Parts: sequence; structure tokens; C-alpha cells
Amino acid sequence: MGRYVIRRLLQMIPVFFGATLLIFLMVNVMGDPVAGLCGDRKCDPAVAAQLKKDFGLDQPVWQQYLTYLGNLFTGDFGRAFNGQKVTELMSTAFPVTFRLTLVAIVFEIVIGISLGVLTGLRRGRPIDTGFLLLTLIVISVPTFVTGLLLQLLLGVKWGWVKPAVSPAATFDELLLPGLVLASVSLAYVTRLTRTSVAENARADYVRTAVAKGLPRRRVISRHLLRNSLIPVVTFIGTDVGALMGGAIVTERIFNIHGVGYQLYQGIVRQSSQTVVGFVTILVLVYLVANLIVDLLYAVLDPRIRYA
Amino acid sequence: MRGARHAKWAAAAAAVALAATACGGGGSGGSSGEGVLSAWWGDPQNPLEPANTTEVQGGKVLDMVMRGLKRYNPKTGAAEDAVAEKIETTDAQNFTVKLKDWKFSNGEQVTAESFVNAWNYAANVKNKQKGAPFFGYIEGYDKVHPEKGDPTAETMSGLKVVDPKTFTVKLNQKFSTWPETLGYNAFAPLPKAFFDDRDAWLSKPVGNGPYTVDNYAKGSAMNLKKWEEYPGADKAQNNGVDLRVYTENTAAYNDLVAGNLDLLDDVPAAQIQNVKNDVNGRYASPAAGIIQTLAFPFYKPEWKTEGAAKVRKGISRAINRKQITESIFHNTRTPATDWTSPVLKEEGGYKAGLCGADCEYDAAEAKKLITEGGGIPGGQLKISYNADGGSHKDWVDAVCNSINNALGDNKACVGNPIGTFADFRSKVTKGEMDGPFRAGWQMDYPLIQNFLEPLYYTGSSSNDGQWSNKDFDKLMNEANAEVDTKKAVETYQKAEKVVADDMAAIPLWYQNGSVAYSDRVSNVALNPFSIPVYGEIKVN
Repeated sequence: MGRYVIRRLLQMIPVFFGATLLIFLMVNVMGDPVAGLCGDRKCDPAVAAQLKKDFGLDQPVWQQYLTYLGNLFTGDFGRAFNGQKVTELMSTAFPVTFRLTLVAIVFEIVIGISLGVLTGLRRGRPIDTGFLLLTLIVISVPTFVTGLLLQLLLGVKWGWVKPAVSPAATFDELLLPGLVLASVSLAYVTRLTRTSVAENARADYVRTAVAKGLPRRRVISRHLLRNSLIPVVTFIGTDVGALMGGAIVTERIFNIHGVGYQLYQGIVRQSSQTVVGFVTILVLVYLVANLIVDLLYAVLDPRIRYA
Repeated sequence: MRGARHAKWAAAAAAVALAATACGGGGSGGSSGEGVLSAWWGDPQNPLEPANTTEVQGGKVLDMVMRGLKRYNPKTGAAEDAVAEKIETTDAQNFTVKLKDWKFSNGEQVTAESFVNAWNYAANVKNKQKGAPFFGYIEGYDKVHPEKGDPTAETMSGLKVVDPKTFTVKLNQKFSTWPETLGYNAFAPLPKAFFDDRDAWLSKPVGNGPYTVDNYAKGSAMNLKKWEEYPGADKAQNNGVDLRVYTENTAAYNDLVAGNLDLLDDVPAAQIQNVKNDVNGRYASPAAGIIQTLAFPFYKPEWKTEGAAKVRKGISRAINRKQITESIFHNTRTPATDWTSPVLKEEGGYKAGLCGADCEYDAAEAKKLITEGGGIPGGQLKISYNADGGSHKDWVDAVCNSINNALGDNKACVGNPIGTFADFRSKVTKGEMDGPFRAGWQMDYPLIQNFLEPLYYTGSSSNDGQWSNKDFDKLMNEANAEVDTKKAVETYQKAEKVVADDMAAIPLWYQNGSVAYSDRVSNVALNPFSIPVYGEIKVN
């Protein structure tokens, strides 16, 4: 088990290099970032030359990449074009997005799994069909529509919540954005759990457990659910990465100054240091989340072992 | 228990992962206090140094925190003395500046050196100030800001401190209206504190304006407080301003309608129709010193010919400006009839109808002109614009539709979107355009000179189309040297006529600012630069 974890951690190293190199190249293809810094006027050529020299943009791309990597290992993620350290941006953005993701995941787990169990146990009944239809609607409506609609209704028309989140982004402010962010995944979790539960409900071990005279609650929670959760855990695990990086739309709608917003700003302003830095961290988060998912399999199903 | 052991490993991996991604705490929020208003803000693109701020968002802060020699009257746009007691000249080239008794908010005296040091700092190429070219008229600028290589001097020879309250400026050419340019933020003085510790100053700028920076959380908010001992006449009428950065103006708009925000000076285009109802008429859209044009690549031989001038006039006549400003912009733009802006007023050089018939829509005449000129070079007009903001697609498509309808050819004109603003600007400045491209100009100071020289003078900083005309250049030089302001303006207008005759750029429309506000505040106005006049806003 220990060796397995170490092997997986080692595998992250080539993935890390590959990902950073790819992103670095992609950001560089976008063109000359200094030109966008002076608004609708042309940058003074002498100033532009100095800026390029400062940011190392006058060197060939491979050299820029090596310098960047070198700095990275000393903990220096570079500076955005407004002079702010990228690490400084990260230290404000990641906690916010982390809280948002946490809210979203909790929604997914609590609501998604409960609904899944509920519908899975009542397969074919009206309640099952009803929720099936509901999830279909949620999946097919794009997030920005749900987001803007809920913002307008709850925030402006009815005044239940503040339409825009303050820079502090406390948990209670993040409830609505978290729900919007989670909505699509939540529907998927419901469907996955439902199918899995419905299938396992007819398995031999469940019938045995029922025949033994175990209380229904225990049959469902210990025997049925534990075995049905494997595909759901996989989905939620990979979703952590997707939620953290994919919150661009939700964060912009609800004025959340998190990772998605910083990435958007970085891309629009062609600040390669910001984009590469943030994406690198996101890649790491994704890898670690996947590792944890794989390890959780063994917890859920003792038959799975890693050596 | 096997299960438990596995759980331990999973927990350990999770702990490692969390430790690896763990970061510090978030920023601070909080609502506005007594007599303090909250206002929308966009994240400034550059550090908040006076000469490094060339866009509106940073300009807002400098306008509140700094005061230069002059200040533009928020209503008339006239340059009025602020820190300057008087600025004198006899030959339009040598100026003597006398200062009033004035202090920085940290107690330091504003002296001649505060200005001279700040200007030398701004002009020096090593300091990478994007506004450095504003100092290009001062003698010795080429030494501290050579086009290539390192500077050969630390200070500009044209600046001399006479005594703590007096300094002299020598320009490298005659420029009679030069003092009127000094209201621009780049010319603000800097205290010693800036030169002692630049990083500390940037994280909390200290100036000599009516407000002081109380707290600055980069990228999310800035809290400004009224400076009680402000020596100027334009004391703040409120206790402070909380600037809040929003990720999107739609979020800010919703916040305003819900009553959580007091001032929004960037009403989303999609809401222009509803805004008056949504905020009970607390909305204004006054003229701003912004003109939108279509520029042409004169570095391409096919756009340089005699015939091409006719084609440009034809294209101009094929654009139905009135219809587009009404249907696309809901009258937040006004059809342009010259190359300046109405905020200059007539005495400042604005001349309605200078473009004449060439800016009036006439489909038949347009078709005739284009055919006479040899048709559109390349057979198709591709209008380039940046697709990442400002909803340019809408009007470019409308302009193309108008041209296509006029010419009776639905392939005569298409939009050519370019992904990001930075990429667009980089292509424009490198001279990689094949056809017309979107050009916008926001004035730096309310002078007709500012609408002409940077844009059309040979080799000028924002002459993106690289248009060049000897007559125009000659007239500009004459006008700059003219001591009498009225005569100078007339000569500038003659130069503008040269631009018109060649249709160096097609004027489209003048842009208005937009501002919506809550019922907590009153006396809200925008200055000619479309920046809210924060100091005059009253909080109920």
C-alpha cells in the first residue's frame, strides 16, 4: 500500500512537467502580451522593450520555460503584469475557490446521494420518474442560465440573498453559487447512485442480509450503499478538480474572486505567469484528488487491494 | 481491521495534498460606513503610479488621491490651477511654474522638487512608465528616454528648480497650450516617501488629493477616506469612497438594483434599455471625450492610392450611423461629424459637421464613390476587432450590414474577430492589418491637439494606420507654436480638414459615459473623461 502511494506520487512528476510545458507553449502562442498593456494606444517602444526584458519575453521560448521552472522550484511563481506576485494572487484566490468547491461537494454528496438512494429503491415509481425528469432538465440547462436566473430571482427580485459575493466570500454567501456550481454534477450523482443502488438491491448479499432479519436501515447503509458508492466516489473525486478549475462561469456571475476569475483575467491580459502558475496547481489538485479516489476504493471494497 | 488501515492511508494522502495546496486567509469585506459610498471598480491593469496609469480604472484613484498643477473642471473641462499658483511664458517654449502652499497627506510639503523628481522618474526609460511619452515635449527627454539602449542622463535638462516654490520648464519645441495638458494624472507630484520605498507606496499610495487611501486590498477593494486637511478648494463632500472590484459589470448591476452598491459607471450594454426603470431614473449618460473610428492600414500600398481615398469616403457614406447608434447603442453614442469630441465645446476646437457630406448616409452616392475609386481593395472589406469584451461584434456586424445593403452585395463586408485585446493590439502595432480595424480614442486632456497629433502626425505614438501627410504635419507644427489660443485652434481645425479630405480614418460616433446610482447618493456627475466626480457626491 505504501509503495503504491509512493509510485503514484512519483508518476505525478512527468505529468507535472508535461502539463506545465503544454500550458506554457499554449499561452505563448497567444501573441505579444505587452501590446495589451497600454490600452488603445501604442506602447512606447522603449518602454515595451524594457518590459519585455524584465519579464524575459525577449528570450526564446525554451529558455523562458527553463527559467520559469528554475524559479518555480525556489517557490517563485513570477509576477502578473500589474506587478502582483502570482503567489499573492494564489493565496487570496485558492481559499475562496476551495470554500466554494467544498460547498458544492457537500451539496453533491448530501442531496445527490440521498436522492439517488430514494429513487433507486423506488425504481419505476412516480417519484423515480419525476426526479429522472428533473435531473434531465438540470443537466440540459447551461450553468450560466441557472446562475443568472437564480441571481435575478433570489438576489434582485425577492432579495433573499445578496446577488454579488463580497471579497471575504464567507460560507453563507457561497451557498447559492455553490448550489449553482454543483447543480449539473448533482444531477449526475443522483443518476449514478440510483442506477447502482437499483442494480445492487437485487444482489444475493442484499437478499441474504434481508433474510438474516437485519433491520432495513442497516441493510441499506452497511451493505447496499457501501457497495454502490464506488462509481459515485470516482465521479465526485474527479469532479473536485473540475469544480476548482471549471468555476470560471459561476465565479464571474456571482463576483467571486477565486481561481476561475484569476485565470480569466490572466488569459484576457495574456499574463502567462498567472495562467501557468494557476493551471499547474490545478493539475496537481486533480492528480491528488484522483489518488485519493483510488485509495478510497480499498476502503469501500475490501476486495480491492494495492501492492 | 483492513478497512481501517486503508482509510488511514487515504487520510494520510489527503493530508499531504491539503498541506501542499493550503494557503493563507482571505481578504476582508465589510459594508460602507456613515457618509461613505460604495462604487464599482475595475482592477487597474498597471501599478498605481501616476505616469504608469493610462487607463480609466487606475485614473479614478489618482483623480481622488493626487492633485497636479492643473485640474480639469469636471463640468466644463477647462484646465484650472490646482497646485499651480501661476504658469507663465513669453515665447511658448520656456515656462515658469509657481506653486501654492500645499501638503501631502503624510505632512510633507509639496515643493518644486516633488514635481521635478516625479517627472524625471516618469520619463526615465528604466522605470518603465507607460505614460513616459507625455514628457516628450520637455527638453532632454531623448537623453533619459532614448529609443534604444540605456539612458545617458538621469534628469531632463529642461527642468530646473529655482526655489522650493518655483521651477522652470524648457520645451524642445514651441507648444503654447502645453500648460493645459498638465491636468493629466501623469504630471502629478510624488512625495519623498515614494522614492524611499516604492513598494510600500504602491501598496498604499500617499498623495496630495482630497482623499487618502485607508486600505488597499489589491485586486478586490480600495477604501478611500476624506482628507480633512485637504488644502484645495475641491474638498470631498462625502466621508469616503469604497471602491469594489467586480468580476463582471452584470454582477455589479444586480448589486446596484438590489441596493448593495451605490454607484456604477459601467452599465452593461444589455441593460441600457432597462436601467431607467430598474433604478427609478437615477441614471445619466453625458458626453465623454471618446470617439470611435475605423482606421486603415496605410502601410499596405492598395490603401495608399488616390482611388482608395474615394473608396474610404464611399465606405463612410455607406454607414448608417444614426440607425446603428439608435438600435445597437440605444443612443449612448452620437453619430460623429468630425474627428474630435463635443466635450471640447466650440471654443475648444469641436466643429460639428466638419466632415460634411462624407459622413452622411447615402447608399447611391456610396456605391458610386467606391466604383469610381476602383472598388474595395482585395474585393472584400474585413473589419478587425477584438472579440473579448466591449461587445464590438454587434456594431461591427451592423456596420457591415449597412455597407452590404448600400452596395447590394452581401459579401462586400465581414467582421474579422481577433481573440483577445492584447493580440489585437499587438497585430495593430506591428502593422499586420490588411483592412480597416476598430480604433477608439479617449482623450488625455481636453484639447483638440490631443485628438489629432497622437493619431495622425507622422510617426506619432498612436498613429496605428501609419498615415502620413506633409500638409497636416506642417499645420500641426504651426498650431503648436501659435501663442494665441484662438488662432491655434483655428490652425488645428485646418489640419483636421486635411484629415477629412483624405478620410484618414472614418469617424463613427462619439461615445457617452453611463452612470447609475442608488437612492443613498445624490449630485452624481461624470467629468469629460467619463470618470464619476466622486468628491462632489453627497451621501444622504
